[in-house]
Amino acid sequence: MVDIDVDAVTMARALFGTSMAFHIIFATLGVGLPLMIVCAEIMYWRRKDRDYAILARRWTKALGILLGVAIPSGTIVGVMLALLWPGFMEIVGQVIALPFQIEMWAFFFEALFMAIYIYAADRLSNGLRLLSVFFVMVGASASAVLITDAQAWMNTPTGFKLINGQITDVDPWAAFFNPSFFTSAQHVLTTGYMTGAFFVVTSAAYYLLKRNQQARVIAYHRKGLMLGIVIGLLMSLLTAINGHETAQALHRNNPEKLAAAEALFETTTHAPLLIGGIVDADTQTVKYGIELPGFLSFLAGNSFDTEVKGLNEIPREDWPPLFVHTLFNLMVGIGFGLLALAMFAVFWHFRYRKTGRQFPRWAVYIFSLTGPLSLLGIEIGWIFSCSARQPWTIYHVQRTSEAALKSDSMGTLFILFVSVYVLLLILTSLVMRFYFKRHPVSSELPEHKEATL
Amino acid sequence: MTDATIAITILWVFLFIYSLLGSVDFGAGFWSMLFGRDSNDKDARAAVVANNFLSPSWKVTNTFLVLFVVALVGFFPGATYSLASLLLVPVCLVLVLLTIRSAFMVYAYSVSKYGRTLRIISGITGLLIPGLLVGVLAVTLGGFVEELPDGGLALDYGALLKSPTLYAHLAFGYATELFFSALFLADYAQEAHDASTYRVYRRLAVIFGPLNLLTALLVTWSMPVEASWLVENLKHEMLWFLLSIAAFAVGYVFLFVKRADGSIGRTRITVICVAIQYAIASFAYGRAHLPYILYPYVTLESGITNPAMFRSLLIGYTVSTILLIPVFILFWKLFLKDKRYLKQE
Repeated sequence: MVDIDVDAVTMARALFGTSMAFHIIFATLGVGLPLMIVCAEIMYWRRKDRDYAILARRWTKALGILLGVAIPSGTIVGVMLALLWPGFMEIVGQVIALPFQIEMWAFFFEALFMAIYIYAADRLSNGLRLLSVFFVMVGASASAVLITDAQAWMNTPTGFKLINGQITDVDPWAAFFNPSFFTSAQHVLTTGYMTGAFFVVTSAAYYLLKRNQQARVIAYHRKGLMLGIVIGLLMSLLTAINGHETAQALHRNNPEKLAAAEALFETTTHAPLLIGGIVDADTQTVKYGIELPGFLSFLAGNSFDTEVKGLNEIPREDWPPLFVHTLFNLMVGIGFGLLALAMFAVFWHFRYRKTGRQFPRWAVYIFSLTGPLSLLGIEIGWIFSCSARQPWTIYHVQRTSEAALKSDSMGTLFILFVSVYVLLLILTSLVMRFYFKRHPVSSELPEHKEATL
Repeated sequence: MTDATIAITILWVFLFIYSLLGSVDFGAGFWSMLFGRDSNDKDARAAVVANNFLSPSWKVTNTFLVLFVVALVGFFPGATYSLASLLLVPVCLVLVLLTIRSAFMVYAYSVSKYGRTLRIISGITGLLIPGLLVGVLAVTLGGFVEELPDGGLALDYGALLKSPTLYAHLAFGYATELFFSALFLADYAQEAHDASTYRVYRRLAVIFGPLNLLTALLVTWSMPVEASWLVENLKHEMLWFLLSIAAFAVGYVFLFVKRADGSIGRTRITVICVAIQYAIASFAYGRAHLPYILYPYVTLESGITNPAMFRSLLIGYTVSTILLIPVFILFWKLFLKDKRYLKQE
């Protein structure tokens, strides 16, 4: 009986994790692209350069296709929360129902203004059009912040008392503004915006890599590229600063998560920062890693004397899985890599602005990978955050095994949903390719039309 | 009124709105598929009108579905475990259909070359959804629940699939979808001054109206013995059900009333009457269902959240409704009133 339970819980985690991973692709772009559209609309308004209006229009088309999957996949994870984690949702409904509820308001806001921006654009004044796409961005960003608030609360549950398994003294707003709220909210926003910006870079770089193009088309893509690079630089910089705050918050609130992320076994001051390496839990050693002495203490509390808690302080069965160290390194590595790349690109742009020297081809190749890399960073970050919270669903309140629905159907459902996700990933890519091949930008650029007259 | 009564009333309002919007949404997808076969067809305009409504509205309609689930779990967290145990598989099926339906609908807008195939898939998956959603109601009647040795609950698929009431519920869901969407689109076409499309949808509404009433009666006749508690309660609500039928009858008659311009049918009045019919009937049904959310395992009182959370949620819903109303009005004006939008190809 116990074995069956463990399997059902694992399958529930697999099903929900896969659904989240799938939804995150579309949801992140659903947060990031609206900001880019707003930026392009603002550039159009400031510079009166038609190219920016065309950029906004084409990104809106891409966003429309992505939302076709983002909205139902969001419906899936929203409903699955209740179906797969009823034990968790029983507590959520008692303590942290507010962000879910306010998120609905954000959804409506986004859905209504998205329809207005797409289908009523020609009937709106310029100011109203800009306002409606701005509200789309606000709605998308707000829903990301609110759902992340529930996740923040799972790490730092506040706003209630648990007496003999009964929840009492509920303070919904204290739960809402739990200690992780602000850092988590910033993190999800800046990384979402960063991913939207780098996807714009990816698509511009993809077209810039094509040979024998009109100078006009190259100039157009170059504008998209630089807009993406600038926003990407800003957002990855903010993410790095926020990452530092997040690490300090982990040190304060979830010490075992930080210990697992850094594979620190013994509590110590002058704790080293471990980069890379393979962690062996049984011998409590790390092979092939690079240690920066004292830097973990410094990172956690701005002083080398800060004492950082090690894994041996907590019972072995409450350890998170130690592969999270690798995930943590990958996430941070991707973040800093993209930051460095964006800095290089901005430097190059301003250094050679006068001469108009183009980016070297190898750099454009790397640019074309930034969007997927950024998204990979986000996926890894979510897997890190949720795996390193294990065995808890609600930190020190509810174990994952208590939260899950135990059902024999999980395995079948897992196969069904994964097939649907694979199908939709393939089809969405094909539809994007098909649409933008059929409607090349050269047919929209004003000069082109004059040339054919 | 107790907290639980207020909460279930709010949920009922959400459910009522979604049952109408969802019917129009999935029905419009189906009709647009049916009439969109050939752009030279005489009924091809009917597909255009359905799409004109669907394109800006489907995301909003979808949000009402999520709203209902979120509100249910927020107000009645105590009901989550039992409902999830029973509904895991059926609701997951709805989710898969819904995902395919929405994604393929958007694909069809973007890829004209394969638009026909994509639209068929989206139209048919969408058509199937409302029946399944109404089928969920059958599960809450009791009688299809297995009690597991560890104290958990599971759905007894054998009993459910053999039960005529499931099929009556399914039929009612589909008839409502086809009737109300046709009726609504007839009115929408009227608003667009599109006489030929209006005639197409009005005729469908005339056909599906009585069918819809018939399936509703089938649902009440097919109640299983386990639902005798509900049948007893339903008898007390008889007056309401008669009023509901009267509202339908009045609305249906107005489908045949001649207008000043010579065309037949005052569809706006019919739409309002049918909305009233559904409001009364679902309210009476909901009242008869009380105090049970899931008979006999979950009642309102066993499911309701704590008073502090309830108050916060209530304030939240009030504030958000007030903030959203102007946006809904703007949406209404742009897509349901503005002739420039309604008349576009």
